[in-house]
Amino acid sequence: MEKFGFTITKGRQIDYEANDRGVAGYIYEKEPSFRLCIECGGCSATCTTANMTKFSLRELNILIKRGENDQVRKSIQKCMLCGKCSLVCPRGVNTRNVVFLARQAFQKNGQYAI
Amino acid sequence: MQFDPFVIPFNIGLNFILIYSVVRCIRWFRELSKPDKLRLQRGFFGLAFAQSLKEIFFESLLHRKILKTNLRLGYMHMSLAFGWFLLILFGTIEADVFGTRHLNAPYKAIFFRFFNPEHGRMGVEALYGFLMDFILAVILSGLLLAILKRFYSRIVGMKKTTRLRPADRIALTALWLIFPSRLLAESFTSGAYGTGSFLTGTLGSWLASFLPAQQMAYPFWWLYSLSLGTFFILLPVTRYMHIPTELFLIFMRNSGIRTGDKTGSFSEVEVFSCSSCGMCIDTCQLNNAAGITNIQSAYLMKAIRNNDNAYDIAHNCLMCGRCDKVCPVGIELSPIRMIQRRAGENDMAFRNSYKGYLRSKQSAVQEKSGASSAYDFLPETASEKVDVLYFAGCMTHLTPSIKNSMVRILDASGLNYIFLDEQGGACCGRPLMLAGQDKEARELINYNSQLIWKSGARILVTSCPICYKVFRESYYLDVEVLHHSQFIKNLIDEGVVKLNFLRKRVVYHTPCDLGRGSGVYNEPKEVLKHVSRLEKSSHEDDNSLCCGGSLANLKIGSRQRKLIARNAVSELTKSAPDILATACPLCKKTFAAVTETRVADLSEIVSEALIVPSVRRSISKKIFSAGELAGIH
Repeated sequence: MEKFGFTITKGRQIDYEANDRGVAGYIYEKEPSFRLCIECGGCSATCTTANMTKFSLRELNILIKRGENDQVRKSIQKCMLCGKCSLVCPRGVNTRNVVFLARQAFQKNGQYAI
Repeated sequence: MQFDPFVIPFNIGLNFILIYSVVRCIRWFRELSKPDKLRLQRGFFGLAFAQSLKEIFFESLLHRKILKTNLRLGYMHMSLAFGWFLLILFGTIEADVFGTRHLNAPYKAIFFRFFNPEHGRMGVEALYGFLMDFILAVILSGLLLAILKRFYSRIVGMKKTTRLRPADRIALTALWLIFPSRLLAESFTSGAYGTGSFLTGTLGSWLASFLPAQQMAYPFWWLYSLSLGTFFILLPVTRYMHIPTELFLIFMRNSGIRTGDKTGSFSEVEVFSCSSCGMCIDTCQLNNAAGITNIQSAYLMKAIRNNDNAYDIAHNCLMCGRCDKVCPVGIELSPIRMIQRRAGENDMAFRNSYKGYLRSKQSAVQEKSGASSAYDFLPETASEKVDVLYFAGCMTHLTPSIKNSMVRILDASGLNYIFLDEQGGACCGRPLMLAGQDKEARELINYNSQLIWKSGARILVTSCPICYKVFRESYYLDVEVLHHSQFIKNLIDEGVVKLNFLRKRVVYHTPCDLGRGSGVYNEPKEVLKHVSRLEKSSHEDDNSLCCGGSLANLKIGSRQRKLIARNAVSELTKSAPDILATACPLCKKTFAAVTETRVADLSEIVSEALIVPSVRRSISKKIFSAGELAGIH
């Protein structure tokens, strides 16, 4: 149960000017099928990792596209690359490569000012 | 003293390449690890040396493996390699026996006709001349095939030939010029003196009839010597480096040295032993079915040799292992590709120096290893003590019919087992390894290992060949790892389960990681023979196809995967079988999406044929109601 208080909530708007969409750009460039995602959540439903912990590839996809990388950076490391998500994807997105490229982009720190 | 200035280019080239080869071999030897050095020393004084000589004769000279798969291509390689060898051997003998002195310098054998133009008129000399002409004719026929192959590769039964760099092109031109210039040089000399046998003699007298043979001969001797010299000088920076390197590779391999999982001398020797013959290109399904023509193993070897960025090439591969099986040099192509994929590969990498004439080891760029584990969310579980563990694997969870069939078979067997990842477990780690992320994979391996240890099981059964391979190769376990095909075969052999015979015609597709990857070929087939009419396909065992779904490839998209799958299915279902059987959930899933034929895992077929014993069923933990059983089908 949350404490009932009169706190000022954090702004929830997506600030495209402040957000860095470099990671998304990097993935779009190397894996164009990332654009095909319709955010259906099929990947999250079948996910091996999501079975054990809070992890949603669908959510991460959306966050990457918005450029809200802070939450993605740590979460994306939880993926086991087992590949079930690519098999169930109705749009044929190479989701495994999307995760792989996202990790790569975060590793190349600085290049994308993340 | 027989000497002429035109032999100088040849002499320079020959001495250079001899000294260079020795230096290179010494450098490679020094880079070897200590155990490998000992292996090599032991091999030198043991049986390995004799075996190597035999293999060098059959493979490096006769090219037996290429001859077996492709007669015309084999003839091309054999005529050039073996023919050239014989020409040098018999040339040396000729110069030794018929020359003015014994033990001549090499150039006197190579340019024998120039220094002894009067030789070969009568008797034995003429017979010997015939032999030399015959060998030259064989080489020239092979050369003709090689030239035709360059412009029209189908002539030797190949769909694609390798692309070349400028240095390769110059060396290739020099190689092509060697034998025609020898033919013309010898012919003109023969024509001028009226000697020579059926080839040089006939051509010589014909040329002499309208050309000044005496004057024409000399430039061609120069050309012959120059092309030989150029070829030798360029050899280290081109693919022709495989000629000296392959001999060393054969000896190293026979001494028991293997590629391992790091860049080292042996992988370097392997890379330089690749002759770019193109057998791997022809067998690659990415080439045949999906039209991707720049990532095959020959190109990977070339990229490593030339210090190019091999990253994309290394990752764009199904790792089906078909090229490993056809490589006539026997290079361990998949392990080398895995080395290239690894993130920490840089810790012992070779880079080109001195314009590519030498390779130097470069120091490590150590990866920053994160202290925190990415997989700390994995639950702590204590499992109960059992005899048999069943690990379905991620892919099997995507194909529940396989999982249910296995549960049914395990229940019928009455064994004391648990379903390790019934509620979904951690991945086995191989997909991460295939993506080059070994550190992360190791975390999952440790987690799964603990689960398996805690259970105290003796047998670990898995339904997925991907898991099977990694359990066997990268886990340190005290259990017997069985793929479910092997497990079911054991059950049948020991009479634990009774099976009906299904009147179905079945074609079996060998999964890559099970067949070529782990060497399990016969057990699945024997199980299928037991329950159905197993038919042969045109792609059995080593020649089996990849379904295209492979997790090893991150680069290709669903469109290309479908192309490969369709192509493979059409090959496998030529005889219109009732069922296309496989032993891998991923293969099943990939195939089922592109064919009308029923695709079934071996366990599903066995489960269908299963006669469930009423007594045993009551022993097992889970008792299926009649309704549940019907629901499985």
